[in-house]
Amino acid sequence: MPINTQPVTINLGPQHPSTHGVFRLRVTFDGEQVIDVEPVFGYLHRGTEKLAEERNYVQIVTLTDRLDYVAAMTNNLAYVRTVESLTGIEVPERGMYLRVISSELQRIASHLIATGFLLDELGAFHTPLIYCFRERERILEMFEMLCGARITVSYMRPGGVLQDAPTDFWPRLDDFLTSMPGYLDELEGLITENEVVLARTRDLGILSAQDAINASITGPVLRATGVQWDLRKAEPHEVYDRLDFDVPIGSVGDTFDRYYVRIQEIRQSLRMIQQCVAQIEPGPVRSKAPYFIRPDSVDAYVGTESPKGELGFYIVSDGGISPYRMHIRAPSFINLTVLRELLIGWKLADLIVIFGSLDIVVGEVDR
Amino acid sequence: MYGLGLVKGLMVTAKNLVLPSRMMTVQYPNRKVGLLGLSKATGVPLPKLLLKDPITSVKSLLGMAEVKESLPQHPRFRGEEFSWYEQRCTGCASCAKYCPLGIIEIVTSESGDQMQEGQKYHLDKFDIDIGRCMFCGLCVEACPYDALHMGSGFEEGTYRRQDLVIDKRKLVSAKKTPSTWFRPQLASKKYDPHKGKNVKWDGAGRHEKPSLEQQQEKWAKR
Repeated sequence: MPINTQPVTINLGPQHPSTHGVFRLRVTFDGEQVIDVEPVFGYLHRGTEKLAEERNYVQIVTLTDRLDYVAAMTNNLAYVRTVESLTGIEVPERGMYLRVISSELQRIASHLIATGFLLDELGAFHTPLIYCFRERERILEMFEMLCGARITVSYMRPGGVLQDAPTDFWPRLDDFLTSMPGYLDELEGLITENEVVLARTRDLGILSAQDAINASITGPVLRATGVQWDLRKAEPHEVYDRLDFDVPIGSVGDTFDRYYVRIQEIRQSLRMIQQCVAQIEPGPVRSKAPYFIRPDSVDAYVGTESPKGELGFYIVSDGGISPYRMHIRAPSFINLTVLRELLIGWKLADLIVIFGSLDIVVGEVDR
Repeated sequence: MYGLGLVKGLMVTAKNLVLPSRMMTVQYPNRKVGLLGLSKATGVPLPKLLLKDPITSVKSLLGMAEVKESLPQHPRFRGEEFSWYEQRCTGCASCAKYCPLGIIEIVTSESGDQMQEGQKYHLDKFDIDIGRCMFCGLCVEACPYDALHMGSGFEEGTYRRQDLVIDKRKLVSAKKTPSTWFRPQLASKKYDPHKGKNVKWDGAGRHEKPSLEQQQEKWAKR
């Protein structure tokens, strides 16, 4: 005889350790099964789009650091690429290589965080997370060499990057590139064939390719469903067309695939950085762009592959020194649209894991 | 076999527990040291240390001696306290204009100095509210005379918000250990602010100070 229980609505967040920031989920449970989910966000809203309207094009670079605060370099890249397409500013060769190196390093750091926190939410409390953070720390130290800050980098400018890498940056990068595959193997040895992880993540929260495309999901979450879509391959920008890399895809679209695609992407990023280091040549890093940029064209939209998905900036200009309107297509926000469909029917412990595997950052969701 | 995965995982944990190259914890701000550790940290050989500072040596044997420790910082680190050179500043207020947050307040008045090189303004007020600063460094990037530099420290905690406003008096009297961020002239001298050496105002600029002949030549051309 089935036992009927009364549905209970509980509040997950906004100050919950596993919601990746100040994010709130209003979940209705039947026993332990999720029957309804409503994400509530806006707790970290800072009005970045409005703030951008009263700052000039160079000053907005500092605002983009604070969107996805674990991947500031790729935010910078997405923004400056939009400004460059709006104004037609050229970027010198070395500047492009430095951009690719720094944003691929940032992708590794971001995916390490995603992996570490996924394990944290699986119950492997803090030890694997600290392993991921240790490797991320070395990337942040390299960012400090490049631009003096670890998280809020503000490294890129319309027309290139702020300044050239110091001489002691390159040995450190080589050291990182040689030792990182070993650490990654070790991390994978902990996770990928671990029975507990497999039992908890295989066939959990399956997202079909059709649903993912309909909801305009991008990034590793889309690639885990088996769709080979990567803006670095599809619309090569910077120097990505000169680099040889694969786009890793998953097969089922479950939580394990989402994790495994990220791990494989780290390996591809390492490959890309190695090729960049081999190809880079001395030269200027920043072209002469005015500080007060007055664009000729009216609007521009450029999407860039950030660690979370397609990060796009849409800027409308009225010819003045600051944008008339700036819209941010935040991948974390759009990837959340499938959250309800993914979570319904699963248990409370699985809810946390599925939510963690989407890898959202609330700074980007709320903007 | 069940349980093998757990053993494999714990092997990795054990490796990280034992290997010294994998240990990454930094005992910020102070680390307890023994006698050998003290002589290593201070760079003084052990016999000399025993003679020079016997009290600390005994303390270190009892486990009561501490040395400062923090993560190594790169010279480019954008630090909190700004290094500002009054002699280089003309009061043009470029930094105030370029600041995305508008937290630099500059009030100037005419001074009558350096009439031939163009008017130099007298700075009545130069306030930086680092309580709201995000250390993006755009002010430093904007400074045409290399008067303003990023600092190198990060321990500027105060008990009151108004103490975080750096005014002119504080800027003048502060330690001048500028960061080499966006200052290639300091980076090319291999300057490291974390060694604590001060930089004088005439050593911080991109340009050498012109000699009297050069200045006269320039004036004659006008």
